[in-house]
Amino acid sequence: MADAPSRIGVLVFPGSNCDRDCHHAVEQIMGISAAFIWHKESELPPLDAVIIPGGFSYGDYLRTGAIARFSPVMAAVTRFAESGGLVLGICNGFQILLEAGLLPGAMLRNRSLSFICRDVRVRVDNTATPFTGRCKPGQVLTLPIAHAEGNYYTDPATLASLKAKNQVVFRYCAADGQVTPEANPNGSLDSIAGITNAAGNVLGLMPHPERSAEALLGNEDGRLILLSLLDSITRGRFSSKPVMA
Amino acid sequence: MITKDLIAQHGLTEEEYQKIVTVLGREPNLTELGMFSVMWSEHCSYKSSRAFLKKLPTEGPQVVQGPGENAGVVDIGDGLVAVFKMESHNHPSFIEPYQGAATGVGGILRDVFTMGARPIALLNSLRFGPLENPKNRYLFGGVVSGIAGYGNCMGVPTVGGEVYFNEIYNHNPLVNAFCLGIARKDRIFLGRAAGVGNPVLYIGSKTGRDGIHGATMASDSFDEGSESKRPTVQVGDPFTEKLLLEACLELMEKDVLVGIQDMGAAGLTSSSCEMASRAGTGIELEVADVPRREQGMTPYEVLLSESQERMLLVAKPGREGEVLDVCKKWDVDAAVVGRVTGDGFFRVKDKGVVVAEVPARALADDAPRYERPAAAPPYQDHLQSLPFELIPEPMDCNVVLETLLASPTIAHKGWVFEQYDHMVQTNTMLRPGSDAAVLRIKGTDKALAVTADCNSLYCLLNPYIGAGIAVAEAARNLVCSGARPLALTDCLNFGNPERPDIMWQFILAVEGIADACKALKIPVVSGNVSFYNETRGLSIYPTPVIGMVGLIDKADRAVSQGFKAEGDAIVLLGETGEDLGGTEYLRAVHHREQGTPPMLNLDREVAVQALALTAIEQGLVRSAHDCSEGGLAVALAECCLSAPAGPLGAEVVLESKGLRRDSLLFGESQSRIILSVKPGDLDAVTLLAAGSNVPLSVLGTVGGGNLTLSVKNDRGGAHVLIDRPCRDLAIIWRGALRSALESPGESAGRHA
Repeated sequence: MADAPSRIGVLVFPGSNCDRDCHHAVEQIMGISAAFIWHKESELPPLDAVIIPGGFSYGDYLRTGAIARFSPVMAAVTRFAESGGLVLGICNGFQILLEAGLLPGAMLRNRSLSFICRDVRVRVDNTATPFTGRCKPGQVLTLPIAHAEGNYYTDPATLASLKAKNQVVFRYCAADGQVTPEANPNGSLDSIAGITNAAGNVLGLMPHPERSAEALLGNEDGRLILLSLLDSITRGRFSSKPVMA
Repeated sequence: MITKDLIAQHGLTEEEYQKIVTVLGREPNLTELGMFSVMWSEHCSYKSSRAFLKKLPTEGPQVVQGPGENAGVVDIGDGLVAVFKMESHNHPSFIEPYQGAATGVGGILRDVFTMGARPIALLNSLRFGPLENPKNRYLFGGVVSGIAGYGNCMGVPTVGGEVYFNEIYNHNPLVNAFCLGIARKDRIFLGRAAGVGNPVLYIGSKTGRDGIHGATMASDSFDEGSESKRPTVQVGDPFTEKLLLEACLELMEKDVLVGIQDMGAAGLTSSSCEMASRAGTGIELEVADVPRREQGMTPYEVLLSESQERMLLVAKPGREGEVLDVCKKWDVDAAVVGRVTGDGFFRVKDKGVVVAEVPARALADDAPRYERPAAAPPYQDHLQSLPFELIPEPMDCNVVLETLLASPTIAHKGWVFEQYDHMVQTNTMLRPGSDAAVLRIKGTDKALAVTADCNSLYCLLNPYIGAGIAVAEAARNLVCSGARPLALTDCLNFGNPERPDIMWQFILAVEGIADACKALKIPVVSGNVSFYNETRGLSIYPTPVIGMVGLIDKADRAVSQGFKAEGDAIVLLGETGEDLGGTEYLRAVHHREQGTPPMLNLDREVAVQALALTAIEQGLVRSAHDCSEGGLAVALAECCLSAPAGPLGAEVVLESKGLRRDSLLFGESQSRIILSVKPGDLDAVTLLAAGSNVPLSVLGTVGGGNLTLSVKNDRGGAHVLIDRPCRDLAIIWRGALRSALESPGESAGRHA
């Protein structure tokens, strides 16, 4: 596999709507090829990473991500993740990862009960992940959010475990990096904006790095996440081992 | 048996009924009566407006498809076209705001993707009564969440629009939705049922009893019983529409389609007869084959249902299997429901038995045309008179500025557009809140700018000038973002056309649009007329909303309205006159909606826009902003408060030129643009202005924490009229709408 060109799979559920944006970001920003993976596939082709994009899978008429987790492709993604494959879930992708049990916790509706689309600031609290290697510890990134259910919740024991194992990667924060209630846009527990699994190879986050990766769109902070992922893929291919944090 | 009551219930006049009998050569049956009723409704037939709409210029080298199809199409180079249209969903939104607005968005999206375009942006133009009234807060909140619910799920960014508040919309809010899409020029699809024998397919949601006679409802005024019409409002399902979109675009890639049209108002009836009429063919449908969600529906109900998320397709011969396969992949219902015929009839069978047989052209195109009587209303002279001596000049201009910035019409609309996903598709370069939204076009160096504009108070005071200003302002907004206007779509919202004063407003407004279009060389490529916007005899102000699209050749040259850097020079293109009539200042501070609207000199407008665009294209401009509601003072405040990295102050000194101070600061003279330029570029811009005969004045400098506006006095000094910390102004401007919604009692207290 190390000789084959690098490739990232972008899942497509009925109702995904950031699939094309992620495809564009992989090819234009990361400079490697992207392949759409239809949700009815029960096997993944050889891939270096999987992105579960944002959108409204199955319309999100039920709890967000609750139906998508039953798509055949999610069983394949679970096997891929269990074997150390890199999985990035953005927004609805994060919600699907929670529903699929690949990440702990659940999403509640935003505190305001409204959809919120705007730039927020997040602090990088763990740079030792395959998705944040290019960030500096405590670095503040400006990234856009666009969701109605981004109010992360989990039980106290799981929260303690997440913190103890450094799985909280992004927290909503003020411009100076302070994590304050005012800087929390959706009421998320402990201002959590993104977490990994215990192994570190699966990341879910609510902000959209693919929307903030080009100077023409006015913000490039999202590149740090995409290029960190690219570094991990490149490193992993040279070491021919699954990439771990 | 068709009785007089039945005819009246179907909204047809006795003369119209007689015309149906003449067309058919016999009495219609009930199903046929229902079909004529919707197709000959004002909403579908434009029977009161068609004669006048012919005055609009519709041609230009860039026009690929003008009015008459589902949407207009203009060439943007690189083998691509922009496809766009705007439509009203006023009546449904008043009856049920969430679903009314949501299905308005759904309908306009279908109008665009049925042409083969992927929708890339939505705008909407909204008008409500004041937010002090809880009913208006309910309508406003419901409409905004309906737009958000539909557009966000579809993954089409809602990038801007306009929101106005005025008592006149208390009982008749306006919800106009605009959609822009991009298609390949060699792959545009039209609503034509060509090729005798070709299969006709139905795809999308199953048909239910929802929305029956929606078009007829939209062609009537409101009365006490309107709320009971709620069952005629359709329910939107954006998830199904998203699947329908992807299925349609995939079908269009496959070269299996001859024609396609969405089922909007009048559903299966309008799509069938219009497709046949355009192609000069007929269509035969088997109504029993139409997918249904309810049992026991009659042919009448199936034909008139306005269930959402449905399309009618004509496939190439023998390709229907491929159509069905693609629909199956996307879990979209699909069925072959008929075929194209050569006899010109729209024939409907129910299990083989003919239940309706009507010439397609008669239904689609032969509705009666009316040139209804028109006359200026007796109150017009009073409206236009404005004795200036009765308007005291403000003692404290700071308070006036704060009042205007807090006026919900002028206040920052973050509460609205933060509920819309305005960034999905990763094209949004200029987000909502600047003069125009700008979207880059992937795979090219270009960008498109879009805006929607209308000041309906101007249109009330002088429909001709007001409508002309709507066109001029839309173009100016595009120019301020660095775009060359390409074409426009109009959404003409008026009262009851059977009233001579309303027809007078309508005719003058169309003439105003036409003349402004000709001067600015901007053709009209699509549009919509919404009459009968009146409740209990009270009409809305004439509201001809203009949606306009412009092209930026080099995307990285796009400019936004916010000041960029301390020390930049602030320049005004154009001139300030004594233009207080119809201003937001008069309305918000003096509680008068009176006077003549600002003059519109089209030669000056053309020159100012050409100059601004040249300066922007030469890279001489750091920010550009049109002066509109609230005048120069509000426009300058918006430039300060929209600075990308947080508010930037400005120090401005104005020449009084003998004007009243309120005219100078808050008058709404047209054809004015505020630029900020690097000090080193000021000479170049001044030189350009001199060469183009456009008045240019250097107003001051960007910098500091305050917005300071002074006027020169006779003694060579300057008198400070406004001096406020931008930080304070920002709190007022950004917080006003939210506080009007959350604590409506308090915001009402702000008056100068």
